[in-house]
Amino acid sequence: MPASPAIDVERLVKIYKNVRAVDAVSFSIARGSITGLLGGNGAGKTTTIAMIMGLTTPTSGRVTVLGAEMPRQRYRVLQRMNFESPYVEMPMRLTVRQNLTVFGMLYGVADLADRIAELVGALDLTDLLDRPTGKLSAGQKTRVSLAKSLINAPDLLLLDEPTASLDPDTADWVRGHLDRYRRDRHATVLLASHNMAEVERLCERVIIMKRGRIEDDDTPARLLARYGRRTLEEVFLDVARGGGEAREAAQ
Amino acid sequence: MTTRIESAFAFSPRRVAAMMLRYWYLLRSSWPRLVELVYWPMVQMITWGFLQFYVVQNAGFFARAAGTLIGAVLLWDILFRGQLGFSISFLEEMWSRNIGNLMMSPLRPFEFIIALMVMSMVRLLIGVIPVTLLAFLFFGFNLYGLGLALVAFFINLMLTSWAVGIFVSGLVLRNGLGAENFAWSIMFLFMPLTCVYYPVTTLPVWLQPLAWLLPPTYVFEGMRALLIEHTFHPNLMIDALGLNVLFFAGGSFGFLKLLQSARRHGSLMQTGE
Repeated sequence: MPASPAIDVERLVKIYKNVRAVDAVSFSIARGSITGLLGGNGAGKTTTIAMIMGLTTPTSGRVTVLGAEMPRQRYRVLQRMNFESPYVEMPMRLTVRQNLTVFGMLYGVADLADRIAELVGALDLTDLLDRPTGKLSAGQKTRVSLAKSLINAPDLLLLDEPTASLDPDTADWVRGHLDRYRRDRHATVLLASHNMAEVERLCERVIIMKRGRIEDDDTPARLLARYGRRTLEEVFLDVARGGGEAREAAQ
Repeated sequence: MTTRIESAFAFSPRRVAAMMLRYWYLLRSSWPRLVELVYWPMVQMITWGFLQFYVVQNAGFFARAAGTLIGAVLLWDILFRGQLGFSISFLEEMWSRNIGNLMMSPLRPFEFIIALMVMSMVRLLIGVIPVTLLAFLFFGFNLYGLGLALVAFFINLMLTSWAVGIFVSGLVLRNGLGAENFAWSIMFLFMPLTCVYYPVTTLPVWLQPLAWLLPPTYVFEGMRALLIEHTFHPNLMIDALGLNVLFFAGGSFGFLKLLQSARRHGSLMQTGE
């Protein structure tokens, strides 16, 4: 019998007043895979991720994460998930060590000192450990947020624009680390981004959203072939400008 | 690395300790935050202390009622600072845009509330204990001379302050920092109605039943009875406790409903400075 998907989203709808932020979205994400959720601003990526995390209640539809229905059964699985998003930050006045200690305790991490030492080594944070988080550069903060999101060695990692505002070198380094983590732990990663190069490099599968709906969903190679393009960026522009018509024309 | 599957009602002392540690780190890292804890209670106590000193010299009644003003100021500070301590710890999460991290973590709402209650107590004790000592040194008023009655007053005032703090935190969670002003001002709505500085009989007759619906009214009446008539009325404290149970249940219910509403409106990802 095949393992149940890490994430199962079924006809998910979110309406804010008169705006359909997410409109009948359905997809499943296999355990151990890395999937990119692509889309421009206002495409519904962040709202979809917020509903998967249980932070936002769907208007209708169903989200199941690691076998638990969200948000109703979220406490069954929150300890096995984690996330990073530009919409949240870590307490600025606390040092890196203090923040990792607090979040490690919240996630019930055993042998916390060892886990912090492991992450600090892997993410090159040794020199930053006793500095206030608010005094770090954008790149350093991102590495600290990444350490926080990995503190409980999650089975499911949700990342919203994980390399936004990073210089190319740091962004590349972060992508490499995420890829290694996913392979080593057989973790599932869902990555929302509008950085096409990032998605192309990391993801085995790409879901493209536009105006709250899924416009396309396939492997990067098949998307490139179908649209007759050389990069995902070109595919994305086709979808953004023409939607389904672009795909049909390409086919 | 161990991971455990837990239910919505599983209580973890470690998660509560994590939140307390977070607030303790914050207090420790910022001397203005520590000074602020003592500053206002001290200014208030000194101002009212001198006023009492003046009226005692000029009015026979107040000469008999020595200490009622300073006593009222100190007890009011327990009520006000208790709520403020709770709300400020909560607001720290909003100001630092950390609330999404917490809501996504295994921390349960009731664990969060317990941590905020303990920290409000810690903040209060840091602020009020030095001020009570100064009240004794400057004006000869010994708050601890109230004895066991002080314990009953303290418990009732803290319960009210937490009930209000919990409800206000829900308002901020639902409406964002636009509702922050409630945290600073809501307790002042209680000030005239709970009769901090005067007996309930001073209020118009039609307003008195409303005053008796508020638990702190019983505490301030009890304090005056103790200082003026040297009589402790346990029935007042029991009535206050009964009302506090209702207030606390109402505040917690309101918080959970506002949290649900915040999840529906997607407010948990959009809070910030």
